[in-house]
Amino acid sequence: MSRVNGENAPPEQPIQGQPIQGQPTPDQPTAEQFFRTMVTMEIVEKSLTRLSQSGDLRGSLHLAQGQEAVPAGACAALNKDDYLTATYRGHGYVLAKGCDLEAVLAEVLGRSTGLCHGYGGKMHLFDASHGLLGTNGIVAGGIGTAAGAALAAKIDGNGRVALTVFGDGAINQGHAHECFNMAALYKLPAIFLCENNLYAEMTPLDRSHGNTNLTERIGSYGIATTQVDGNDPVAVFQTMTEAVARARKGEGPTFIEAHTYRTIGHYQADPGTAYRTQEEIDEWRSKNPVARYQAMLGDKGDAIRAEVEEHVESIIKKVLSSPLPTWDSALVGGAK
Amino acid sequence: MSEMTFVQACNAALRQELDRDPNVFLMGEDIAHYGGMFRVTEGLLETYGENRVIDTPISESGFIGMALGAALAGKRPVAELMFIDFSLVAMDQIHNQIAKTFGMSGGTVHVPLTIITQGGGYKGAAAQHSQMLEALFLHVPGVKVVAPSNPADAKGLLASAIRDNHPVLFLEHKQLLPVKGEVPDGEHLVPLGKANVVRPGKDLSLFTYSFSVHMAMEAADLAAKEGIEVEVIDLRSLDPLDWETIEKSVKKTHRVLIAHEAHARCGVGVDLAAQIQKRLFDELDAPIEICAALDFPIPFAKVLEDEVLPTVPKILSAIKEAVGGRW
Repeated sequence: MSRVNGENAPPEQPIQGQPIQGQPTPDQPTAEQFFRTMVTMEIVEKSLTRLSQSGDLRGSLHLAQGQEAVPAGACAALNKDDYLTATYRGHGYVLAKGCDLEAVLAEVLGRSTGLCHGYGGKMHLFDASHGLLGTNGIVAGGIGTAAGAALAAKIDGNGRVALTVFGDGAINQGHAHECFNMAALYKLPAIFLCENNLYAEMTPLDRSHGNTNLTERIGSYGIATTQVDGNDPVAVFQTMTEAVARARKGEGPTFIEAHTYRTIGHYQADPGTAYRTQEEIDEWRSKNPVARYQAMLGDKGDAIRAEVEEHVESIIKKVLSSPLPTWDSALVGGAK
Repeated sequence: MSEMTFVQACNAALRQELDRDPNVFLMGEDIAHYGGMFRVTEGLLETYGENRVIDTPISESGFIGMALGAALAGKRPVAELMFIDFSLVAMDQIHNQIAKTFGMSGGTVHVPLTIITQGGGYKGAAAQHSQMLEALFLHVPGVKVVAPSNPADAKGLLASAIRDNHPVLFLEHKQLLPVKGEVPDGEHLVPLGKANVVRPGKDLSLFTYSFSVHMAMEAADLAAKEGIEVEVIDLRSLDPLDWETIEKSVKKTHRVLIAHEAHARCGVGVDLAAQIQKRLFDELDAPIEICAALDFPIPFAKVLEDEVLPTVPKILSAIKEAVGGRW
């Protein structure tokens, strides 16, 4: 499935690192577990859309409806102490990584009980206890962070891996390419997961890439590359599991291109229809992984959805009555 | 005490911290096998090995970003930017990522990361290799900045920077690198945020840092021959600032000159002047003077460079201006 392009891989690695310590390999989740993860993301997003419209949620809201299978599959292949950086559309990853739903929603809704006590907000979620080293407001901004965490893991030989997720738009940032090169050079335990949803914000792939073959571009660095159906959580999980195994064995990074589609707009004020045809949107909606899993699970799926809806609603209610943040002047000046 | 150059003092600080903390490691361009463009990391690869002294490609945005990730993963990275001018290609990582992580995370995540870099002119290195860009780093909150003027402070401040739990920019000056001085043997720390009165005086407080301290001392010697007793204060640390020492001096002299090599506009001098007039307005007997580079890219030819950058005669003129009609 995976392949390494480029025959000029460096003969000697500049960093040897420590011997790798053993790490457990997560089991493949059941269909019910995948559905629960994905439907939670969908319900959270729908709730946040409502809260944005009512004015309870400040700022931009970048949604990922239609793309739920990628985080569900990818994060299931990681351990709690593996590292993750994601994008402003990354709340699905944060939840799938195991971060506490109430703490995440409290941060998104600007409460003191949030992951970052209301200082970060939706685009800047950090949770070191789950290896979450930041979601990011800058396209490609967190790729170096993940590569650096992978470098630390290699130096220490602790067997951890770092996953960074980004969109096809990030492939056109210079920072990403600097990190791809260094990850290959140092054989870092890093996984570069590209959600190719065909549009960088509102601009289609063929109007922003000279070569739209992304695996060919990234493979030229000497990185193993692979492509996967991003609407199939099992396929994503299995591909990730291979990449994680390669990383843990010290065989270096993997670039995964997950083909998927955002069935709604770039952010809450974008209906997503000005630059895409309705036929295209409808075609991808028919491949929606959450709906497919619900249909597959039948009554069980309906019951899980109802249960998650109730759970999310009760948490949102609790968060909305949680205290607002307090200004902590001791954070100023870096004395703390 | 041992006599050593500024470069050797930085090397001693790195050895001190590499010995002390196994999480400290270094990364940067040409720092390992070559030993560093300015020899700051000479011999460290041989002593500490390739896991702790890492050569990087010429990818400042990439490796500075990786230093952040390593810091968040429990390491204490020291990244060398060969010239401060090159920091500009890494500014998203420095300003949007490194500087903001602690604040954005509501103080839940620390970034123990040191950036070593060097700047400064007077060497014919022209517009893209001569800048003093400390004000850019001071403008965006979240990175501390130190700029020592001598080898002993270099050793002590670099060690303190590495031990700090926040990002610190350690700014060398290319004119200072070969300068020799007495440096304490063994563990030596200079706390961040402590200025140093390098010459006491009663008529004028001259605040400065980095290589400009040496020009300020020369100018103060010349002023003394004309009966002006200048108090020269080496700020050493620009963030945090030592307000106690600044206030004490202003309350003594009531006149202020700030001299630095960086451009005047929106620079350290302008900022410090604003803060002094706000905090100590009643203490001032004269307008605060600033001697800084002209707001023009640093030219190549020496006669032109001397037009743009501060010089000893320019600082002496500024001293006389600052003390006004008293002489």
